[in-house]
Amino acid sequence: MASENAPHFSSKDAVVCRGVGKTWAAGTKRAHEALRDIDLDIKPGEFVVFLGPSGCGKSTLLYLIAGLEDATGGDTWSFGDKVETPSPERSLIFQETSLFPWLTVWQNVSFGLAIRGASQEERRKVAAEALQRVGLIAAMDKRPDELSGGMRQRVAVARALAMRPKVLLMDEPFAALDVQTRARMQDFLLDVWRDSGASVLFVTHHIDEAVALADRVVVFTSRPGRIKTIYPIDLPRPRNLFSREAEAMRIQLTELLRDEVDRAFAEQEAFAVSA
Amino acid sequence: MAVVTRDGETGVAAGASRPAAATRILASRLFTSMAGLDWLAKIWWTCLSISLFAGLWELCWAMGWADEKLLPPPHIFLSNLTEQGKFFNTATRWQVGTSMDEGPSAFESVLITGAATTARVFAGLVIASVLAIGIGVLVRYYRFFDRLVLPTITLLSPVSPIAWLPVAIFLFGIGNAPAIFMVVVALFFHMVLATINQIDTVNTNFINVARTMGASKAQIYVRVIIPAILPGMLQVLRMNLFGAWMVVLVAESTGVGYGMGQVIMLARNTFNPSLVFFTIAVIGVLGFTFDWLLRLAQRRILYWLPDTAERLRGL
Repeated sequence: MASENAPHFSSKDAVVCRGVGKTWAAGTKRAHEALRDIDLDIKPGEFVVFLGPSGCGKSTLLYLIAGLEDATGGDTWSFGDKVETPSPERSLIFQETSLFPWLTVWQNVSFGLAIRGASQEERRKVAAEALQRVGLIAAMDKRPDELSGGMRQRVAVARALAMRPKVLLMDEPFAALDVQTRARMQDFLLDVWRDSGASVLFVTHHIDEAVALADRVVVFTSRPGRIKTIYPIDLPRPRNLFSREAEAMRIQLTELLRDEVDRAFAEQEAFAVSA
Repeated sequence: MAVVTRDGETGVAAGASRPAAATRILASRLFTSMAGLDWLAKIWWTCLSISLFAGLWELCWAMGWADEKLLPPPHIFLSNLTEQGKFFNTATRWQVGTSMDEGPSAFESVLITGAATTARVFAGLVIASVLAIGIGVLVRYYRFFDRLVLPTITLLSPVSPIAWLPVAIFLFGIGNAPAIFMVVVALFFHMVLATINQIDTVNTNFINVARTMGASKAQIYVRVIIPAILPGMLQVLRMNLFGAWMVVLVAESTGVGYGMGQVIMLARNTFNPSLVFFTIAVIGVLGFTFDWLLRLAQRRILYWLPDTAERLRGL
């Protein structure tokens, strides 16, 4: 494994992981290993989907890359800098709405600028730009609870974009949305991704979503999460998801995942018995 | 609606749109009057609820089950305001050299006494909230403060306010200070623990969003944690409001010049059930009003919270 060697990678890469591992509650009785030995290189502007069974640690990896959690093994770099703390360059978008309910939409979007002490004028301008990009300029002065789930996630995307991130980290951002809204949001995200030029790391357990979005799909094993394989989706964009190639890819990914899901199930059953 | 093509036709167009506008105004009036009706309905139900309780009591009296010397029904204890009022605000009335009939009128006396007690509750509530939220935030902000202070607070938290009564008198003698101290001490420890609990249950995503945006610890506390705990804290405050009302009576009964508690004590010592129930009624009205005002303030301050009272309506 590369982790034993000296780190060897291009400093231009958006994200580089070498031998990254994470054990929760390390050193205690409740310790459990979520991730093991992750080696990963993500190019600038690349769209990478993390696919795996629930609880395989794919979200954990996202948090490690964001700098919100500390790895218990290995190192992560982003554009040549070691990841040690969170940074506005790596924006994280969560599954559930994370908009501050006490702020209006534009105040939410410009929250990062307020932290930096920007003037109200500048904040409003940047918020308007970002909201324009997600097609919600009209909702600028509304409050989050006046918006639908899909709109709220678009505002969350706008808030991330307002920081001009180089890497967008998305933790099952569309999981709480209905199927139709989800499909629209995927198109929307692809537009945003193309405009922004940022790399996107997108966690999901939906194979359809992976095939619709990804340049490459990182398939995880069940716990502890390791990279089982990296599967390229070399379909031209915009993609015809009903094509035979797309269908073949979905089937292959399903096959890849099946063993892992079975194993995860068996483990959970064994755990239930032992507990 | 009519499309205006020439200047000459604007008048016609305006005329044509008038019925529509009128309908809209009518609809909005109807809506506000409906809202007004909603208000009335609330008052109506409040009155009905109280009347029902009073009615049952009156019934017991009429049937001869409730002795009017021990449990005088509302029509008796509310009937003689002037007589009852004399026992309120006695500090000015009972001074040496003044007669029982001097000083403020009965109604004024009740008002003054009620205001004095309310002011003590209010002062205690404000002091306790500021201290508790401040210390709760400090406990979570500084680890060493947590270790240094939290054990003592947890230790003192279960102590009944009654136990603090002698301390209040040792420290502050008699007057406003011990009563306010009692309210503070009754609320403070619980509110510190409640604040800490509120901070611990703040949505992690909120904090993580702020962290990825580069917020410092202080900024996270000021811009995320404090607004996020406000709804819960106001709820805690409302719950504790009633506690404050209970404690203030105990404190006042030990002698603070004048106050509702002192009147109750006086009624007890002179075996005056009418006065007891009259005072209870006044306290009830005061507490009810206080709670209502707090709820109004809550709605103003926490404009972003949806009204969840309707959630269980359909069950």
